[in-house]
Amino acid sequence: MAEPLPPTRSRIPGSGLAKGLAVTLRTMTRKTVTEQYPEIQPDLPPRTRGVIGLFEENCTVCMLCARECPDWCIYIDSHKETVPAATPGGRERSRNVLDRFAIDFSLCMYCGICIEVCPFDALFWSPEFEYAETDIRELTHERDKLREWMWTVPAPPALDPGAEEPKEIAAARKTAEKLAAAQAEPTEPAEPARPTEPEGGAS
Amino acid sequence: MTDALDVTLRLLIVFVVFLTFPLIVGQTEHKVMAHMQGRLGPMYAGGFHGWAQLVADGVKFAQKEDVVPAGADRRIFQLAPAVALLPYLLVLLAIPIGPGEGAVGQVLDAGIFFVLAVMGVGVLGSLMAGWASANKFSLLGGLRTAAQLLAYELPMLLAAASVAMAAGTVSLPGILNAFHWWWLPWQIVGAIVFFVAGLAELQRPPFDMPVADSEIIFGAYTEYTGLRFALFLLAEYAGIIVLCGLTTVLFLGGWHGPWGADGLGWVWTLLKTAVLAFLVIWLRVTYPRLREDQLQKLSWTLLVPLSLAQIALTGIVKVVIS
Repeated sequence: MAEPLPPTRSRIPGSGLAKGLAVTLRTMTRKTVTEQYPEIQPDLPPRTRGVIGLFEENCTVCMLCARECPDWCIYIDSHKETVPAATPGGRERSRNVLDRFAIDFSLCMYCGICIEVCPFDALFWSPEFEYAETDIRELTHERDKLREWMWTVPAPPALDPGAEEPKEIAAARKTAEKLAAAQAEPTEPAEPARPTEPEGGAS
Repeated sequence: MTDALDVTLRLLIVFVVFLTFPLIVGQTEHKVMAHMQGRLGPMYAGGFHGWAQLVADGVKFAQKEDVVPAGADRRIFQLAPAVALLPYLLVLLAIPIGPGEGAVGQVLDAGIFFVLAVMGVGVLGSLMAGWASANKFSLLGGLRTAAQLLAYELPMLLAAASVAMAAGTVSLPGILNAFHWWWLPWQIVGAIVFFVAGLAELQRPPFDMPVADSEIIFGAYTEYTGLRFALFLLAEYAGIIVLCGLTTVLFLGGWHGPWGADGLGWVWTLLKTAVLAFLVIWLRVTYPRLREDQLQKLSWTLLVPLSLAQIALTGIVKVVIS
């Protein structure tokens, strides 16, 4: 029949009121949580999805990012250029030249798929977020702006202790070791010259 | 000639206090409330920690259009803010802050009567606003104000009567002259009743049912804009000053303090008033609003019996010691 009293219920009348007063007074003596944003920049975590930066030197116009984008907010124009043969008698090569790379941030939903699919590490997240515009059309940012944002991209977070060595570093280390071994053995002088040769000579 | 100068000077000082102290309380409320909620409060206006926030608010209010609703009782509607504000100015005249003739705007023999009667007039402003606005929310707010006034004026008067009985006089300086430190525990119940009833009379949270903004917009002040609205707000903060000053004078011994020279009595009065004003803000931040029935119940079943018991206690002690 009788409902059990809540366990925190106190015998002294008014102790709940006093507890309420204590809570507010204690909060008053503590540090506030307000961030004074325009005066003091926020301390953002390193993987903040602020804006997408384009490292256009790495872009090969493979169009993967534009095709994978769920919002279709990446615009890429390019043309092909022929590169004359590197060695006499060799074959002419064609390569893609980027004409336009634009991201419409009024459509972008910051999913990061373009950054995930880029096989050449040309797209990066930057924590920069102060790019509000007064006109929605001005939110389409062109390649020079995207390239500028690359300077705000932070260094990648350090690997966990005991993590596997990254592929790039492993490859570089192997090459360096090979070079060192070759220099230690002066019988083969032709070997060290190989890596400086352009790729056209391999075929 | 010197008389005229004296009167002018006293009026001027009271007027300046009346205009500045409510602003100080308001700014303190901004900051204290913010920090009690883990915020910073105003930080921009005036440069240093937003000290000029209320000045900026005043400028904003002055720029706004003064709208009178088409269906409103025009003259009454426009008069209401003045009726709400002026009584507190008059009460301020009668509150002594230090011993002697020089530290009070006007010495009144029937000080308590004057002060309590005039304070009751202040609530009339809200009533007038509620009736004259031609708005159902305003009307509801006005009627709630009336109900609250009826409920809380009684314990307030009884508590004040207890002090008057103890001192054997109704003059405010007279009460303070008769004060001894042991009045503090003797009259403590009356002090609490007086303070709580005063809070309710000012419609301060947690007794802000008449202006409960989540249900009746802003009660009697719903239709007000611009300077008239600002006057209502100023009346609320002036009311805090008056209530805290009166509680100090009646129950906390005014200019009497444990130490300090004769010339520093006014510091004690101001200090006690400031502490009470902080308490008003503190209570506002801490407690949620009382429902209308809880509000009435608190007054009739708790405060009125308590104040009657206080009067009985005062009478018994008075007879025993005399």
